[in-house]
Amino acid sequence: MSKKQSGSHQHADVLVTDSDLPAVAVDPQQAEAEDRRWTPAKIALWIGIALLGGIAWTMLAIVRGETVNAIWFVFAAVCTYLIAYRFYSKFIERNLLKPDDRRATPAEYKADGKDYAATDRRVLYGHHFAAIAGAGPLVGPVLAAQMGYLPGTLWIIIGVIFAGAVQDYLVMFFSMRRGGRSLGQMAREELGVIGGTAALIATLAIMIIIVAILALVVVNALGESPWGVFSVSMTIPIALFMGVYLRYLRPGRVTEVSLIGFALLLLAIIGGGWISETAWGVDLFTLDRITIAWGIIIYGFIAAVLPVWLLLAPRDYLSTFMKIGTIIMLAVAIVITRPEISVPAITPYATSGTGPVVAGTLFPFLFVTIACGALSGFHALISSGTTPKMIEKERQTRFIGYGGMLMESFVAIMALVAALSIDRGIYFAMNSSAAATGGTIEGAVTFVNGLGLTGVNLTQEALSTMASNVGEESIVSRTGGAPTLAVGIAQIMQGVFGGAGMMAFWYHFAIMFEALFILTAVDAGTRVARFMLQDSIGNFVPRFRDTSWRAGAWICTAIMVAGWGAILIMGVTDPLGGINTLFPLFGIANQLLAAIALAVCMAICAKKGMFRFLWIPALPLAFASVVTITASFQKIFSSTPAIGYWAQHTAFKDALAAGEESFGTAKTVAAMEAVVRNTFIQGTLSIFFVVLSIIVIITAILATVRAYRHGGGKENEDPAVPSRTFAPAGLIASPAEKELEAQWAALEPGKRPARAGH
Amino acid sequence: MGSPGAGKAACEGGPLMTVPQVLHRARDTARELAWLFKGVMGENAYQAYLDHHEHSHAGGLPMTEREFWRDKTDRQDANPEGRCC
Repeated sequence: MSKKQSGSHQHADVLVTDSDLPAVAVDPQQAEAEDRRWTPAKIALWIGIALLGGIAWTMLAIVRGETVNAIWFVFAAVCTYLIAYRFYSKFIERNLLKPDDRRATPAEYKADGKDYAATDRRVLYGHHFAAIAGAGPLVGPVLAAQMGYLPGTLWIIIGVIFAGAVQDYLVMFFSMRRGGRSLGQMAREELGVIGGTAALIATLAIMIIIVAILALVVVNALGESPWGVFSVSMTIPIALFMGVYLRYLRPGRVTEVSLIGFALLLLAIIGGGWISETAWGVDLFTLDRITIAWGIIIYGFIAAVLPVWLLLAPRDYLSTFMKIGTIIMLAVAIVITRPEISVPAITPYATSGTGPVVAGTLFPFLFVTIACGALSGFHALISSGTTPKMIEKERQTRFIGYGGMLMESFVAIMALVAALSIDRGIYFAMNSSAAATGGTIEGAVTFVNGLGLTGVNLTQEALSTMASNVGEESIVSRTGGAPTLAVGIAQIMQGVFGGAGMMAFWYHFAIMFEALFILTAVDAGTRVARFMLQDSIGNFVPRFRDTSWRAGAWICTAIMVAGWGAILIMGVTDPLGGINTLFPLFGIANQLLAAIALAVCMAICAKKGMFRFLWIPALPLAFASVVTITASFQKIFSSTPAIGYWAQHTAFKDALAAGEESFGTAKTVAAMEAVVRNTFIQGTLSIFFVVLSIIVIITAILATVRAYRHGGGKENEDPAVPSRTFAPAGLIASPAEKELEAQWAALEPGKRPARAGH
Repeated sequence: MGSPGAGKAACEGGPLMTVPQVLHRARDTARELAWLFKGVMGENAYQAYLDHHEHSHAGGLPMTEREFWRDKTDRQDANPEGRCC
């Protein structure tokens, strides 16, 4: 009992709230009674949700007819999310985190009207979602679709409930209790110097690899596509125009400028279509992948040193606008068109590990291929820092942290549905590397039909028709996930708006949508990494700490861009197909970051003395650790060249030593040397990541064990300050919350403490 | 998980609403959605700052709208926010 009492309630004595004000929190007993009161209507509602979810899962997992309707994916996901949100996140709230609305949040006690500004929970939900959702949940599920629909669906839904949403919720809550501290700062505080430093270096390295691979996705989507290159590059002048508009013409008119930007964006997509039909347009905008990669590298450097108002901030508005609009549109379109899906539940690639899209068996590679959407370590960087400084009341973290991640998971499910809805032959033709298909229609047809997939009979006509429908020269070996998703989205959207004639528009709309996210992530990532690097170098050369020192900023930006740029160029020129070999590294890096975040959370829970419920962070931590360490070990030690980086390295090295002039898919000596070099770098990175993460996990386990021996440990929370404001916790206010809201609304305006929002 | 704030109007009010009532409700819903959207886009940041300034009795004049937005992007320059993958 005494252990249960520690946690938030130890501050009960210091939290004397102002008696002139209405209550700042719903009476815990009243809230508990409300939760536990099961009216017949409420029981019927939850039985209904459970039944619908159960039927949907039965349709997906057991019935397995020739085809399965996409609507069952939507029902299975939404019903399961609702149940998890209502019961599991509530369980975590009640037993582990114990938020206390009588405590002021940093947005209240550090309020400055700028960074620390209490924000309406619904608005903040949107904000937070826009910050965590990007290209990741769109790409991973597409690549994992080669294993069939069931493994991906199960992992996205179960993973988010027990791992991803838990991580986001815990990190957000703990950061909020620490005045909005970042994950790196929390790691140093909780794990000590070694664990903290390892976490910092790992975070930095992981950011580099993530930015590189996201950029590779864009390069693959734009390569040999004049339409795509034109419309995506037009986003730069559009963003510059928006920046100038907001700075000098009409400051603060964010929605207005986003609408203008969106209209210009549509014009750029339509204009791209015209340009791709002119000879000069094709000449000018058909770029090979290496040129595009260099373009992105140069762009990344410039964007990261330009002032934020000119490029980054306006493009972020555009990206938020597109993100929310397109995701709602896609959800509506899937519900309206309800595509039939003919992909088998599980394909032989799940067990054989020989899939042409990403090599490796279901365990562990499914769990690293789908990172964002189920569990994404990158979110820990967003959930600490920015969002916690804007939370109005402690209990809202469940809605924003846990609920926000459920929404991202739903985006991943929609991406999976979109990828599954396209013809399987076309799916494999698009996602097998050029090394396998030769990059030609004939080569792709031979390769795909040679895979021996039941029910797949790809024809050259099917490929060329699809290519001309989406307005591209060819769709063979458009790897990276983005083009496949764009075809899927185009197919779904044309069923609602415009018919087949609009497919090309929708395809490029989807490409634009993904490129916009990724480019925002690239320059925001470069900028964040640059600051982290400056801070780290600052430990040795204090001058680097001064972030306004131009030379230091340029040097650190250049180092970061060189880091991801080198990996990008390596991926683009890789004779083995680039994304197929690099994507696992992306997933492993992201999940290792998740393991680091969960390890920090576990140590914090242990220091709070919450041993009975330590399994809540420990369970996903154990799973993420096992998955990523196994995946890393296979990448390092596997003797199968398609999986092990070092096996591939040795095979090509031996071939070179034997004087061979071509080996496997590398047709020249130079290509063979490139493979030797690339696999060396990839293998070294794998070792580097896994070693750092093991260090962090071990230091977290040691901190946990130490805390257990002492029955707890030093807490690093900010001191509790009594709150002077009230707001409901969830999306819809409960009766008790409505009553309190009314009391607060009746308060004389002069007495009411400041509150942002309405 | 629907979009936050949406669907709220649907669950209130009985079946016997007059036409003006329906229109009134529709207008309220549209306003709420517009408020929510502007909030998510970050448009109300200046208003929030003004409210804070007024209530904190900090003294001195608040920044003008132009100054505020300049200051906001300058702060972003110094404290970059990550964007997720």
